[in-house]
Amino acid sequence: MALWARLDDVCVRYGPKIVMQNLSLDVVEGAITCIIGLSGAGKSTILRLLNGLKKPDTGRVFVQGKDITGMRERELIDLRRTIGFAFQFSALFDSLTIGENVALPLREHTKMPEDEIRKLVSETLDSVGLAHVEERFPSELSGGMVKRAGFARAVVTNPQAVLYDEPTTGLDPIITHVLTETIVRLRERLNGTAVVVSHDLESIYQMADYIAMLFEGAIVAYGTVEEIRRSPNPIVQQFLQGSEVGPIPI
Amino acid sequence: MKVFDEVGRGTTSAFAYAGGVAELLGDSARYIVGLRIRVRETVDQAYLLGVQSWAIVLLTSLFTGMVISLESAAQAASFGVSNLVGGAVAFASARELGPMLSAVVVAGRTGAAIAAELGSMVVTEQIEALLSLGLSPTRMLVVPRLVALLIMLPLLTITAVIVSILGGMWVANVTAHISTESFIDSARQALPFGDVLRGLFKSVVFAVIIAIIGAYQGLQTRGGAAGVGKSTTGSVVTAIILIFMFNFALSYVLFPHT
Repeated sequence: MALWARLDDVCVRYGPKIVMQNLSLDVVEGAITCIIGLSGAGKSTILRLLNGLKKPDTGRVFVQGKDITGMRERELIDLRRTIGFAFQFSALFDSLTIGENVALPLREHTKMPEDEIRKLVSETLDSVGLAHVEERFPSELSGGMVKRAGFARAVVTNPQAVLYDEPTTGLDPIITHVLTETIVRLRERLNGTAVVVSHDLESIYQMADYIAMLFEGAIVAYGTVEEIRRSPNPIVQQFLQGSEVGPIPI
Repeated sequence: MKVFDEVGRGTTSAFAYAGGVAELLGDSARYIVGLRIRVRETVDQAYLLGVQSWAIVLLTSLFTGMVISLESAAQAASFGVSNLVGGAVAFASARELGPMLSAVVVAGRTGAAIAAELGSMVVTEQIEALLSLGLSPTRMLVVPRLVALLIMLPLLTITAVIVSILGGMWVANVTAHISTESFIDSARQALPFGDVLRGLFKSVVFAVIIAIIGAYQGLQTRGGAAGVGKSTTGSVVTAIILIFMFNFALSYVLFPHT
């Protein structure tokens, strides 16, 4: 199995709080890897380590075979152009329309003619189930639509990998299902890698090729959906069952 | 020992702040020199930050010119030197009050707006979104605001100086019966054109202070709404203090004969 990325013995602190301690994780190329864990466990930090928005205090991060730990900002900018990032709250630019948001990376990074950009933006929005919203502002759309617009902006440049931060949190079951399907479809369309941070187990079972569970700063379980569901690890079982009783302190 | 700790921490953070501001200014200058300026965004910002500040700058400078004239005209007339009032108002307006008052008003309105907008973008992950798209927040957000203020603040200052002199002229005429011709002659004699240009140079420096401090404070925002509020207040306070300090230093350097 080829790897898209690898976190090697990574430690991360936020002030006095240790978020990750000697954490190692392999991200398989061409697969959807879901990261689960308690709130505040550092799942989103893993995504930020993978695109260089956060540097580890110790340890190394490899992406596409390159060690990005000591990369300068200019090199990281080149790397980030190959990685889409769908943020938890979408992070669309509220002064721009949806069309301008999705077109932004194309206008800034390519010399594509304006009519081609418009066509591609429209096609990408269609591919996430959003038609005819180019002229609307993010504040005029529902939560699910904003999430999908965020997906469209993340994938419009055909990145090699897409990172999704809590893509279904706070949405109703129907929209959750639609977004889960969208993530699977986008991965197939891009023929790339996806890393998804989520709490939503139903959605994870539906889309994941691999699941990694983060607990107390380390990956305590890693495997396919079936392997994780059958894991003998009491931490994993308590988390999956949502039980108050077990080794995870409440 | 606790006092030393506090002093040490305060000194370190002051140097870190100065270093951060200098780095942001250097980065912005690099983009401007390389002509990597987003024109449409700059025009939008010139309207938002400059044109929309016009009314408040005009009102403050009008009343400032009027009050200088009110305080000086009657006194000057009683000593028989009413022909100096126009010079006094023009001198004070063009060299000191026009540039400084315009800058203080713009710092309060525009500096706060820059810090609040960028701070909100930090807490809603929009700055991280820019970085994740491989785009520089300095080029996308800071440079257009800086260039907009570099154009608009000197224009606002010119207007402020003219309005201040006109206000002073009207009050001198009404309260001390100083004729318009006498006022204008006095202003012309007292105020060399070079002094007007030096006053405008001050406003260029103040534009840099307002834009960079506002942007830096905004980009350093941590936490939610409370963090945005703190950044906004911090940007206004810091920019106004720096404007007063730089105004003194620039007056000392630019007008050495006084």
